Amino acid sequence: MDVPVLKQGPYLIATVQSALTDADLAQLRRTLVEQVGRYRSRGLIVDVTAVDVLDSFACRTLRDIAHMTGFRGAETVIVGIHADLAFAMVQLGLSLEGVATALDLEEGLAYLNRKQRAAKAAAPGLRPPAGKSPTRDRRGH
Amino acid sequence: MKGSRSYAAAAARALQSKSIPGPESTTSLLRELVAHLRQNRTQLREEWARRITEAELLTAMTKEEVFAEATSVYDNYVEALETGTFEALQAYARNLSERIIPRGVETHEVIGIVLLLRDVLARSLFAKYQGDFTKLNRILDAYEPAANRIANTVSVGFVQERERIIREQQEAIRELSTPVLQVRERLLILPIIGVIDPQRARQLTEQLLRGIRTNRAKVVVIDITGVAAMDATVANHLVQTVEASRLLGATVIVTGLSPEIAQTLVTIGVDLGKMTTVGDLQGGIEEAERLLGYKVMQFSSDAVDA
Repeated sequence: MDVPVLKQGPYLIATVQSALTDADLAQLRRTLVEQVGRYRSRGLIVDVTAVDVLDSFACRTLRDIAHMTGFRGAETVIVGIHADLAFAMVQLGLSLEGVATALDLEEGLAYLNRKQRAAKAAAPGLRPPAGKSPTRDRRGH
Repeated sequence: MKGSRSYAAAAARALQSKSIPGPESTTSLLRELVAHLRQNRTQLREEWARRITEAELLTAMTKEEVFAEATSVYDNYVEALETGTFEALQAYARNLSERIIPRGVETHEVIGIVLLLRDVLARSLFAKYQGDFTKLNRILDAYEPAANRIANTVSVGFVQERERIIREQQEAIRELSTPVLQVRERLLILPIIGVIDPQRARQLTEQLLRGIRTNRAKVVVIDITGVAAMDATVANHLVQTVEASRLLGATVIVTGLSPEIAQTLVTIGVDLGKMTTVGDLQGGIEEAERLLGYKVMQFSSDAVDA
């Protein structure tokens, strides 16, 4: 089962639509890590709203994806984990440590936007030249 | 020799007549019984009410009330004997229980009065048929099973009603015991009061996670000021709840850990490193507001006349 990956501005959105086999998961990991580089994405959202079971391999793969894309310059957010699933995962010790999570797609996007703003504010030297973006310049002063 | 044989024959006859009262004869006996009970209604009812007062049952009710209830129980009783159906009596028993349970009538009282009625009626039968022992036996054969069944029906009805009320109250307590309250946009508080047993802990988690989803909460403050003690199981459950909330994208702040609980947690070595804890509820809400980007300030110092 293929997972559709959509490009949305500087972010990629992967929506998992059914339970995935181990092979599917490995394929997803390859695809996402490759595409993050190709589109020069700043963030990746993996939406698991439609998933009601995540086994240990799936959790590990999600964590791997987050860390691998992190090395390639994109922060990953896992969104849409069900309440029951969340508690089951924690009880099994699969709590996705070090990976950002959010309630749903909207929250995930808001989180990534916030991170982008914070990154820009922290490194003003990396802003585009002043002449090209007058609006941002005015706000800055 | 001869005398004893005739005695044996008479006994056998009596036994025979006793052991094969066909359905028809039972019906006619019951009819006779009902007619007797109808005839002596007033007197038997009064006798019964007197016995109830004597036995100091139904003390929560006035004499008039006892008499009124006794009358309707009596009529229902006779009707059940007559028709052999217990639905009407069952409905009446339920209705009666609904009325008297809130007034503090106990199970033993209800069973007591029904058994008293049974005794009063049996006594009147003894009195009526004292001359004819065989007839009395047959009447009692018809009366006793029916009377026992009535006593059973009424008692069971009462106990069932009681159990229903207890179930409802348990449900209500369970609902009330874990409120999840929204105090600001995207900020929930979960005050916990009392003892947390594993079942309540599970329910608490469930409610919290559901609340996070429905209110789209970003920050949750769990206040355990009202929790007297906590064991390792519950503490671990709390940590798991915090983790699960994070998977739903919410940050949890735990407030109000009492010195005792703090000491217990340190002693049993629960890993609280993953949780944000703040001393009291006020501090917790302030921290939550900070996380959500709120800034609360007083714009006038004399806004409230104190």
